[in-house]
This record gives sequence, structure tokens and C-alpha cells, in this order.
Amino acid sequence: MIRRAKHPFVFTGCVELRQALDHRATDERELLERLEEVPAGSVFYHTHGYFLRHRPITTAYGNDFAAWVAAHVRDQVLAERLAVVNPFEFATLEDLREELASVIHDHLVRLSSVPRVEAGEIFYFQQSHIVEVALGPGAETLAEFRAGLAAVDASAIYMHMVEARTRLGRRAGDFAEWIRFSLEMPELAEKIERLDTYMTNLERVRARVLTLVDSALEGTAA
Amino acid sequence: MIRVEDYRRVAPPGVVDIIQTLSERVRGRRMLHLSGGRFGGGAAEILQTLVPMMTDLGIDAAWEITGGDPAFYSTATALHAALRGAERVLTDEALDHLVEMNRVNAKKISLDADLVLVHDVQPATLVQHRAATGRWAWRCHFDCSRPQRRAWSFVRPFVNQYDAAIFSLPGFARRLGVPKYVIYPSIDPLSEKNRELTPREITSTLGTLGVAQDKPLLLQVGAFNADDDPLGVVNAYRMVKKHYDVRLVLAGTLGADPESPGVLAELREAAQRDRDILVRELPPDAHVQINALQRAATIVLQKSVRESFGLGAAEAMWKGKPVIGGFVGGLPHQIVYDVTGYTVHSVEGAAFRLRHLLNNRELIARMGAAGREHVRRSFLITRHLVDYMALLIHLTS
Repeated sequence: MIRRAKHPFVFTGCVELRQALDHRATDERELLERLEEVPAGSVFYHTHGYFLRHRPITTAYGNDFAAWVAAHVRDQVLAERLAVVNPFEFATLEDLREELASVIHDHLVRLSSVPRVEAGEIFYFQQSHIVEVALGPGAETLAEFRAGLAAVDASAIYMHMVEARTRLGRRAGDFAEWIRFSLEMPELAEKIERLDTYMTNLERVRARVLTLVDSALEGTAA
Repeated sequence: MIRVEDYRRVAPPGVVDIIQTLSERVRGRRMLHLSGGRFGGGAAEILQTLVPMMTDLGIDAAWEITGGDPAFYSTATALHAALRGAERVLTDEALDHLVEMNRVNAKKISLDADLVLVHDVQPATLVQHRAATGRWAWRCHFDCSRPQRRAWSFVRPFVNQYDAAIFSLPGFARRLGVPKYVIYPSIDPLSEKNRELTPREITSTLGTLGVAQDKPLLLQVGAFNADDDPLGVVNAYRMVKKHYDVRLVLAGTLGADPESPGVLAELREAAQRDRDILVRELPPDAHVQINALQRAATIVLQKSVRESFGLGAAEAMWKGKPVIGGFVGGLPHQIVYDVTGYTVHSVEGAAFRLRHLLNNRELIARMGAAGREHVRRSFLITRHLVDYMALLIHLTS
């Protein structure tokens, strides 16, 4: 029997309006100082927002701070230490900010001089405003959800898997939440919730969710 | 007739649907663009397409231009150059006249709109005539991070009367009392400069330009001035020529830079000594010629040493070409290093990367394909339209 949800799942994409702040860094000490004073939205932009902006190309660093230190300051050690900080493991943005600042601080106390930009670009802190966009008719069954997920703009994957978890406080993510409570399929929800969304791109996340959903649909059919 | 639906075949999947959904939230709202002219420059070029696209979506979009006497245009041009860092004489009388002329412009133009987007310098002082309702944003299309002090002292109080300012890069902005948004410029994939050309069109156009296609073609499109460094490109080409039988084409306009005739003369002298260096001075509307050259090129260079956010690299990448560009302005944001091309800091760097690509031909196709997808996602006019609609929603909701 096909399970039909009481509340349809509406895919929501997003558009990011970027805002430049008056904070910038030309060396690693300034990066630390500015990181400690920028709005939490800027920490979010340079860590979680990274996944929205790096859709077609997966780069070697999981956040803007690590990417800048590697490419422009050319300090591979700090770049590696910042890159390994998984933003999805922190309950709040303040916890994440504390961890990043602590990594930079610990690195600097071991150095006799502060690495700085020579031929590269200054780091400009930014934040963003997200404009949500409802996409298409709602899905009421797992099959309809699968069809919608396969076709929807990648920004919807970001909204439901990243933005929902971190900025909107829905820790399980919207896909897992809907599948658990509206379709009453806790096992599938658990698998989607456990997906590692770090160090990958939105298309791969989409593909992994689709694979899990396909397995569940095959199981239902059998 | 420009229709948003026509972009579905070139835009990333889903983007036209997002545009249409967003448009439902802004349908009927009035968005007024104010600029100094309808022709020349990237801002005018993009507005020629963006405004009809907005109209097609049901936005009440309009585009008005400011005008005045010769002294008005001359002061606006000098102020623009001074904001970009050039040394110019700006007298109180000339600046007062600019403000006065815009007071006259304010009486001629209906400034009533939900969002008024004022492009660049010439109309910037119109903000003091804003109506009680509606939001105003100043769209600065150039790098004004290192302006002549007097020019910035004049402009800053006006900019602070806006609700927001928009820059192409965070690094192009200065400290302001209003929020600063960041919106990249874009290219129109269906324009004459970027539309698909048939092989016959390419061959015929290159024939007209006197460019043979019998050996790999290195191309730089740009002004013949020191900022675009065409002489540096010639020197890089000479280092490459020792190892590869290639041809270099330098195509561009003379521009208003006083140094340009000297640069062009040196390039022509170099071309006289080497038949594989071709210098082609083109008119500003030579869009099909540039399109054909970029499509025929093997590798495209944009070896600028000073630049705002020119889109030459994005145009070439849209045609599937790897790009070697200078590490200045918007180029590092267009070229993804080692993925769609290379940014370089010197003539030697440009020569090294040219040789690297010529010696690893499979990279040329791979980087070209990656570049086209990068441009599709980040530098097409559809993305620009989405950004402006997001701005309209954000500022007026």
C-alpha cells in the first residue's frame, strides 16, 4: 500500500544575496581578530554557505577560511587544520566560531612571525541574506518525493539539508523529518539524517539521498 | 523581443523556474534604472537585455538616462576616472554644475519607483531628489577602492543617502554608512558576442579579419593600453614560439587612454617583424568578430595588470576555452585555478602556462568544458536577473 503523507513536502530553493562587511584580513592574526568580532551570519556564510557557492567544483577545502589560507597566504599547515573542522558537528555557530578561532590561535602561538598575504588577495568577510523560493507542487508519496528531488534546483538540497539544520534549528534536516513524521518511515529517515554532507557537493548529496530513497521504494515494492 | 523562456536552453537546469517563481513576488513592482547613457560600457550593455527580461516577467521596469551640457559630461567623466584612482582636476564649480544639472534631470525624469537602481557616477547625485517612498541603491560597476581623495569626499555623502550600495566585488568597495551588497556582472549568452556561430560563420569572419586557421591560435581581446598588457602578451608568446608553431592575435580597441597610440605602434612594429603576430584594431561594436575569434582560439589570454571586472575571461570560457589571466580585479573570480585555466603574476608565468597547456592538449578540452559550466552557473545574465529580483524583494519587502 502506498503511504500518503498528511502534509505534502514542498521543495524550497533559495537565492543568496551577498553582503560585504567592513571587516577584512591581510594576515592570520587579523583573520583571528576579525573572526572573533564578525556577526554569526558571517561565520555561517564562510563555512556552511561554502557548499551553496561551490556547486559545480568541489575544492580541496571545506570552508572559505581554509581556502584563503591555502591559496593566498600559502600556509598549508593552518589550511589543513581549518579544513578538517566540520561545521555540521557544532550545535551552534558560536561553538563553531570558537573552534575556528582556537585553531588559528593555537597555530599562531607556535610561530615566530605571522604569515600574511603577499601576492594573493585580502580576505573580505561577508554574510548573506537568503530569499526562499517554493518550487513546484508538493510531494505526498515517497515516489513523488523522489521525482521532485531528482528534478529540483540544487539550492533546494542546500536549503533542506544545510540551512534547515544549522540556521533554522531543524537538526535532522527537512527530508529526514518529513519522511519520519509524515511518511512514518523512521529507518529511511535515520539513514538520510546520517548522511555526511561535509566535503562533498550538493549534487552528490542529492545522488546519495536518491539512492537511499530508491532502495526504500524497491523494498516497498517487494 | 527578449523572452526569459528563451534562456531555458542555456541556463542551468531549474534556474528559469526559480526566476518565474521569484517574479510572482515582484510582479507589478516598479524598478527604475538610471544611467549615464544607453550605449558603451558593460552596464549599458547588460541593461539592454536585463530591462526587457524584467518586463517580460511582469516587473514594471524602466530605464532612464541623465543628460546635460558638455561641461556636465566632462565633469562626470573626470569624476569617474578620479574614483578609479586617476589624477584629475575637479573644481568646486565643475562639481556644483554636475549637481545642478542633475537637479534639472530630476525634474524631467519620474523618480517614483519601488526600487531605483542608479548606475555609476553620472546620475549618482540624483538621490537627493528621491521621493519619500521607494528604496534607492547605488550600483557601482568599477573598482573604487583607491579613489582620488577629493573625488571620494564629494561622492561619499551622496552614496550615504542611498539605502544600499552594490559592488562587483567586496574589494571594490570602501567603508560606507549603508549596507554593501555584492553582485557579479554577467554575460548574455544569446547576444551577438556570445551566441553560437556555425563553422562557416567563424571561417568567413576570420577570413574577413585576415586570420588563417592553419596553426594553434593564441588570442587576447582587450584595449591596447598598459592595463591590459598586450606587450606582455607578445613577450610571453615569444617565449612559447621557440617551442610551438603558434599564431598570436591581439584584437581590441584603441580607447581613450593617452598611452594607447604608443602601445598600438609598438604592437604593430612587433607584428611587422613576425608574421604570426596579428594586431586587429576593431570598432566597439565588433561583437561577431570577437565571438568568432574566441571560438577559433586554442587558448585565450587576459593578461591584464590592472582591471575592474571585465568579462573577457567569462566570454572565452563560455566558448569552451581555457583562459590564462592576470591576478587582478575580477579575473581570479572568473578563472578557477587549474580547473578552468590559470591566473598568473608575470610574463614568464603566462608563457609557462601556455607551454603547459600546449604540451598537454587533453587539458585544453577538459578546462574548456569546466569553464563553460562554471560560467553557466555563475556569470550568465539569468543569475544576474535572479540577483536583482532578490535585491528587489530584500529591499522592498
